[in-house]
Amino acid sequence: MSDTENKEKTAGEKMKETAQLLKSVSPTPHVRDKVSTSYLMGMVIAALMPAEIYGIWHFGPRALIITLISIACCIFFEWGFDKIIKKKSTVGDLSCVVTGLLLAMNLPVAVPLWIPVIGAFVAIVVVKMLFGGLGQNFMNPALGARCFLVLSFARYMTDFSYKPGWGGADVVSSATPLARLKAGESVDLMQMFIGNEGGTIGETSAVALLLGGVFLIACSVITWHVSLCYIVSLLAFTAVFGGRGFDITYLGGQLYGGGLMLGAFFMATDYVTRPITRKGQVIYGIFLGILTGIFRVFGPGAEGVSYAIIIGNLIVPLIEKITVPRHFGYKKPAKEVA
Amino acid sequence: MEKKESVFKPFINGLISENPTFVLMLGMCPTLAVTTSAINGLGMGLTTTVVLALSNVIISALRKVIPDRVRIPAFIVIIASFVTIVGQFLEAYLPALNSALGMFIPLIVVNCIILGRAEAFASKNGMFASLMDGLGMGLGFTVALTLIGCVREILGSFSVFGYSFREPLESAGMAPIAIFVMAPGAFFVLAALNALMSVIRDKQIKAGKQSKIKAGCGSDCASCGDDGCVHQFYDEKAGEKE
Repeated sequence: MSDTENKEKTAGEKMKETAQLLKSVSPTPHVRDKVSTSYLMGMVIAALMPAEIYGIWHFGPRALIITLISIACCIFFEWGFDKIIKKKSTVGDLSCVVTGLLLAMNLPVAVPLWIPVIGAFVAIVVVKMLFGGLGQNFMNPALGARCFLVLSFARYMTDFSYKPGWGGADVVSSATPLARLKAGESVDLMQMFIGNEGGTIGETSAVALLLGGVFLIACSVITWHVSLCYIVSLLAFTAVFGGRGFDITYLGGQLYGGGLMLGAFFMATDYVTRPITRKGQVIYGIFLGILTGIFRVFGPGAEGVSYAIIIGNLIVPLIEKITVPRHFGYKKPAKEVA
Repeated sequence: MEKKESVFKPFINGLISENPTFVLMLGMCPTLAVTTSAINGLGMGLTTTVVLALSNVIISALRKVIPDRVRIPAFIVIIASFVTIVGQFLEAYLPALNSALGMFIPLIVVNCIILGRAEAFASKNGMFASLMDGLGMGLGFTVALTLIGCVREILGSFSVFGYSFREPLESAGMAPIAIFVMAPGAFFVLAALNALMSVIRDKQIKAGKQSKIKAGCGSDCASCGDDGCVHQFYDEKAGEKE
């Protein structure tokens, strides 16, 4: 008697379990893929490595220290925030490591060591976690933090003096190539391409960033739409409005200089803050290019990539609204003929 | 016993439970614009308090004389007179504060706290209660503005009420976070202080106490016994007119 009762009970429990399971099943099709957030973020980290390693080699050990502080603080703040609001820790998806790495690559090497700490706090807590964590942030965390730092500590954030390499050579303090271009001076394109110039830790070497970008596109982690549209429209804008016409040195300087490569391949393509549809991505890329061009040509400063991407992030919801794909089989209602 | 309580109720109401900045979210324009330093916030708050208390008293005294249809222009005339008086006074005796607040002193005329209290409270209550309401709301506004100003001044320029402690900190290698004296800083600080108020309220409610801080308003006027609530006014008048 008791035996059957037990059996019935287990059968009932099983039913309940199945029902519970079914509740969490989404409608068909049930395609599964091994691609996870941590895999994608790992690929981005791998793609950023050439530029980061070049930055450390070029700017010396201080670049490594700043990068490590930035990453460690990002991980710590994400872990701590999850702890405080009693949520499961989201550190494992590696997105905070990417944010920390990008933030460090956006800092000049001469900044005081507390600047990456404040930057990491703004990026992780203010820009990302307060809005609901990864997937809910309306703005790229690393760029949000960079703009916060530039507005707050302009003196440190525009100090591009550095000691080249590991050796103890003299401190180099020269304007960035973009600033020199803006002042009407000439630049050495080859040096800019390799990255033997002043700038932030991760932005100087165009070839290393290009390598990483091509790697990401080849592994279909990102698509080419945003990056290509961004770069082409910026070049078109500067060719038309730059005042130098089709001057290879000028256009090449605009292409390799500043944060364009870093922004176009690694920050404008951020999954959370770029449009979803291909059409939207093309519009977004062109918008970014034109905006960056306006900042570079007509603005007071020489650089405008970070502000352009942040403003672009803000209009992404509007782009999404006008590029909603049509339902399958939907036909436009015929216009009434008057 | 109950009557004695109701005399100071409007005062406490304005200071804490319906704090114009943190609960009602009124008067955001001066709140965000002039709080770059604690002294500016204090000055703006006190100026508004004076105008608010005086206009509340006069409007309350004239509430049976003013015809319902032209009450808004009448209120504005009364408020504008007091703003002009206070403005002239500041210009004569506190020129530094006057130039720091600048355009925002004449703009007190259109401060929604003042018109809101005239509509919601002074036009329906006696003179003493209106005075208390004006003082409470005004001081609540002052406290909020001074708090925001303090935080922005400390973080943004390393000083409090003009007393600078910039040099020892700067020689220690630190730098003020300049964004806090710019426009975005006002939003950061206002949001952070608002969140802090919410945390305190939630903790009090969890502990089983009735919190003095209210949660804005759920527009549930039927089950809300709050006299002098801004939202309740419209419902009542709408009923009277029909």
